[in-house]
Amino acid sequence: MKKLVDFNIEENIAVGAGCFLLKLHTDEQLPEILPGQFVNVMIEDAGVLLRRPISIHYADAKKGILELLVKIAGKGTEKLSHIAKGENINILIPLGMEFTMPAKEDNVLLVGGGVGIAPLYYFAKVMCDNGIKPTLLIGTRSAGDIILKEKFSQVADLYYTTEDGSYGEKGYPTQHSVLLNNFDKIYTCGPTPMMKGIAAYANKKGIFCEVSLENKMACGIGACLCCVQDTKEGHKCVCTTGPVFNINDLKWQN
Amino acid sequence: MAKLNIDINGLSLKNPVLTASGTFGYGFEYSDFVNLENLGGFIVKGTTLNPREGNPYPRMAETPSGMLNAVGLQNKGAQYFVDKIYPALKGINTNVIVNVSGSSVPDYAKCAEMINELDHIPAIELNISCPNVKEGGMAFGTSCGAASEVVKAVRDVYKKHLIVKLSPNVTNIQEIALAVEAAGADSVSLINTMMGMAIDIKSRKPILSTITGGLSGPCVKPVALRMVWQVAKAVKIPVIGLGGIASAADAIEFLLAGASAIQIGTANFIDPSITQKVIDGINLYLDENGFDDVNQIIGLINK
Ligand SMILES: Cc1cc2nc3c(=O)[nH]c(=O)nc-3n(C[C@H](O)[C@H](O)[C@H](O)COP(=O)(O)OP(=O)(O)OC[C@H]3O[C@@H](n4cnc5c(N)ncnc54)[C@H](O)[C@@H]3O)c2cc1C
Ligand SMILES: Cc1cc2nc3c(=O)[nH]c(=O)nc-3n(C[C@H](O)[C@H](O)[C@H](O)COP(=O)(O)O)c2cc1C
Ligand code: FES
Repeated sequence: MKKLVDFNIEENIAVGAGCFLLKLHTDEQLPEILPGQFVNVMIEDAGVLLRRPISIHYADAKKGILELLVKIAGKGTEKLSHIAKGENINILIPLGMEFTMPAKEDNVLLVGGGVGIAPLYYFAKVMCDNGIKPTLLIGTRSAGDIILKEKFSQVADLYYTTEDGSYGEKGYPTQHSVLLNNFDKIYTCGPTPMMKGIAAYANKKGIFCEVSLENKMACGIGACLCCVQDTKEGHKCVCTTGPVFNINDLKWQN
Repeated sequence: MAKLNIDINGLSLKNPVLTASGTFGYGFEYSDFVNLENLGGFIVKGTTLNPREGNPYPRMAETPSGMLNAVGLQNKGAQYFVDKIYPALKGINTNVIVNVSGSSVPDYAKCAEMINELDHIPAIELNISCPNVKEGGMAFGTSCGAASEVVKAVRDVYKKHLIVKLSPNVTNIQEIALAVEAAGADSVSLINTMMGMAIDIKSRKPILSTITGGLSGPCVKPVALRMVWQVAKAVKIPVIGLGGIASAADAIEFLLAGASAIQIGTANFIDPSITQKVIDGINLYLDENGFDDVNQIIGLINK
């Protein structure tokens, strides 16, 4: 069941690297919200027509809590970054399909790049609640772009790559030594080249792998067919079939 | 409570609020947000005789107060609609209208013929903005001859209410409207999207995979309203107005200009519950202004 819900801004925190963390609350009853799903946020601005899709960074439906981690990318996210405590925003929630929950004994690797780490927090948190501690590999440009390290370290074993070598291992996530370990399931969200690299690695090793895509959307509910991804079964809506896709369904390997 | 029901040349609507094809899926997508049976009707996705994959991604660009789309009529074809979608739609107690698209006259006619067999589909909306493959891709709806030819062919095989949806990408919309009226349309709807484009100056490339696409949303409203007014004055058949409607006030403007009903398109993306708000808003406006029947305001500015 999808809903249009007014949320109240409890906190808007600049977390660095052009990102801000919105902590939201509502008294309305929320439907079940799963890791990997996203929301469509209304931005009250004359220059912004459509809602903006944002991943669920954290949610506790019973308590009416929602957190979004957003990077300023253009006029809509810029406007959103100025929203203040006490203001309301209208959110269409929850949208899309979730990550496949791993089994208890699975060795899980999460790979995030840029603001693609947003949905991985909620996923890792839910995994931890289920007794699975995932490994989380994060790729950034340099040490200064690392955000929310403390928060993420509570739900995952953290590893970093930086392009300039200023923190963690130098290079891209696809080059990190943690990939030498054996993993049963890999999940990734971030820039497309990074996800393609991780997908190729998983494919080569025959490891289950899901990626979370960020195609441009209009409706977010499967009505407009604007957000399609070319898959082995033709054009599929990222907003309803995805945003999470198994790499075997994509045409990335050929 | 004013009377909201409307009769469009034999097609009876509970109220003048419909949804625009391609923006409302098959209706189900919105069932969490609106009671579909409260609508005057809804017009489902563009359906073609054969399945179509549509255009490559990217298919969408937001523009000032509007959006461009290049979906390219992605749909699973008429047979799939008949077998898989219609059974789920036929129990819904409102007008479910199928938007019929095509790339040749025989394709349009065959598709319309298949939909004609479906008891619970009271009308089709013929989308004549599609490119005519035989005529070098020029849209059927941009010349009186081609528009008339396709409407006649469909009229021959389609026995129920035939709405013809006009393209705004023409120099004289009245001429086209008169041509499709003469060819047998029961009503006309307008406007379809206006051709536009957008360029990403960072990559220095067009944003849409198809370079050009269809513009919709609030930015097209003044143009749509002008065309609806012109067409309503020119033809005798009812006119269904659309283009940029995002509130009851917008809808009322179209009714005052001469539209007997309206459709809501892009606005559904922003507020999936907008249709109910527009119905309620029209009702309130009629009450507050002393009208007891929505028919009293249709074309009022022309009286
Ligand atoms: C399922 C999904 C989940 C997402 N989750 C998050 C998230 O958790 N945090 C976050 O910060 N961002 C997320 N995004 C991306 C976010 O939606 C875009 O950054 C945002 O819509 C840009 O809006 P804008 O008005 O600021 O930029 P615009 O002014 O519209 O555009 C500025 C630039 O951003 C690009 N852009 C626009 N839309 C998108 C898009 N959908 N994806 C990528 N680039 C885009 C444009 O091409 C342009 O170059 C997600 C996108 C999707 C589809
Ligand atoms: C994503 C999208 C898909 C559309 N698909 C169709 C279609 O299949 N057939 C059609 O006749 N019109 C189609 N249209 C046009 C709309 O039905 C409508 O004519 C147009 O968007 C103007 O109305 P609006 O400004 O209220 O959206 C589409 C519009 C959009 C935005
Ligand atoms: S955004 Fe409309 S179908 Fe996905």
